[in-house]
Amino acid sequence: MSFRARRGRWRKLGIGKPFEKLGDSCLSFLEQYGRMGIFLFSCLYNLVKPPYPVFPVIRQAHFIGVRSVFVILFTGAFTGMVLGLQGYYTLNKFGSEGLLGSAVALSLIRELGPVMTALMVVGRAGSAICAEIGIMRNSEQIDALECMAIDPYKYLLAPKFLAGVIAVPLLTCIFNVVGILGGYLVGVVMLDVNGGTFFQGMYASVEWQDVQMGVVKSLIFGLLIIWIASAKGYFLHLEKTGGFGAEGVSRTTTDAVVLSSVSILVWDYLISAIML
Amino acid sequence: MQQDIPTDAAIELTGVEKTFGRQKVLRNVNLSIAAGKTTVIVGGSGQGKSVILKHMLGLVRPDRGAVKVFGQDLAKAGKKELNQIRMQFGVLFQNAALFDSMTVFDNVALPLRERTKLTETEIRAKVREKLDLMDLIESDGKYPAQLSGGMKKRVGLARALVLHPKVVFFDEPTTGLDVSRSNEIYRLFHKTQSQLNYTAVIVSHDVPKIFKLADYVALLAEGQIQGVMSPEAFQLSDHPLIRRYVVETMGPIYSSAKEEAALYEPA
Repeated sequence: MSFRARRGRWRKLGIGKPFEKLGDSCLSFLEQYGRMGIFLFSCLYNLVKPPYPVFPVIRQAHFIGVRSVFVILFTGAFTGMVLGLQGYYTLNKFGSEGLLGSAVALSLIRELGPVMTALMVVGRAGSAICAEIGIMRNSEQIDALECMAIDPYKYLLAPKFLAGVIAVPLLTCIFNVVGILGGYLVGVVMLDVNGGTFFQGMYASVEWQDVQMGVVKSLIFGLLIIWIASAKGYFLHLEKTGGFGAEGVSRTTTDAVVLSSVSILVWDYLISAIML
Repeated sequence: MQQDIPTDAAIELTGVEKTFGRQKVLRNVNLSIAAGKTTVIVGGSGQGKSVILKHMLGLVRPDRGAVKVFGQDLAKAGKKELNQIRMQFGVLFQNAALFDSMTVFDNVALPLRERTKLTETEIRAKVREKLDLMDLIESDGKYPAQLSGGMKKRVGLARALVLHPKVVFFDEPTTGLDVSRSNEIYRLFHKTQSQLNYTAVIVSHDVPKIFKLADYVALLAEGQIQGVMSPEAFQLSDHPLIRRYVVETMGPIYSSAKEEAALYEPA
């Protein structure tokens, strides 16, 4: 029996189907991640290649950073307060509420600050960036840019990357400071922990490595958020799972938010494991 | 294939094939666009007219065959060369593809701001000149969402022409517009082409009106260009597919002005 005839028979019997599907999904998996990789590379390359447009970066940093400050202040304060509260009751059992300052500061600086900030930025700016670029792709605006010989990577995407890498660490700093003050409010003002002990414990336990870890995390998260959000939007037309038009944009935005949030948590673990 | 076009071609497609997924859209497209003239590509919906346009713009690469613009092969051009070629292009997209978060003024100014080293005052003057040409001078602060369909197309045309391109592409310039609006677009097209002298490539459904603008008409059917000829020759062609297209779009019997006059004259 010839190969062709055999293949035909296999098809009829449905024997080849699972293999076909496996191969197909492997290929599209590779295709998708290859695309994402090339996308990141092109964006970073255009970031270092002159000319350097200053104004678009400031505008994007304003959008990602300044307009997220309120949310960050709010979530930072409450995260710090709840840490103070929970920490107090736990440490109180061992009679060591003096460690409250260091507990609050360490958990914020190392973990909660970068992660919570990144998750907030995903929800606020990541989704917006994905939808914006997705709509531009859908309505041929990106094609129009290319036809005008304006490189979308340079004009549209590179400023967002730089802005993300600038804004997320700064937002994390704000989150940490507000969080520590929130912990102070609950611990010292409301629950009568000694203020001097609170801060002294903090000074004694927080080391430069902890701050460094927080900064590295927030830098990587910033890059990760913008990467996933903008790549998802940019390649909207190649998405196989999404619908078309408005539905396509909404699905892709949801995908981008879910994927960024999950990646942030995974990378948080990886970076902690490497740096601790 | 029938093609009676002079040799100085601005754009040349030879043996272009393109498949999307399992659908073979272009089978063997040979087409040359005469420099300084207006070529109209017609054909049924879904035949791949816009795909041809995207090939010429370098947005899509052919599976086989070559696309040459001013003698330069797009497939072999690097990013820089491709941008150099595109600098000489202006495109009016089907839905105008205006940047919807920018005002009309900024939309038209964008190519100047990004591609030239002009000062803001010079840019302002050039943009105003183009907007004036399109009768849009009062709408320069509006956003695309606040404009009507015809105005959007006019903004798109202003943006396409602002860098004084050598070739301008029109993807369905009048689709979705009423008769007077589409006449307005044609009038502006005529006015700007005689001023700026560009080569025009138009993809259109608007038969027979579009024939008035055309120097050459090309029919795309069954994945191939079935012939490029003057509108008169096109309407009288014996080629079965062209004949069928003319009959389908213009009615069963074509009669020229002369014949028509004879029809109505008393015998």
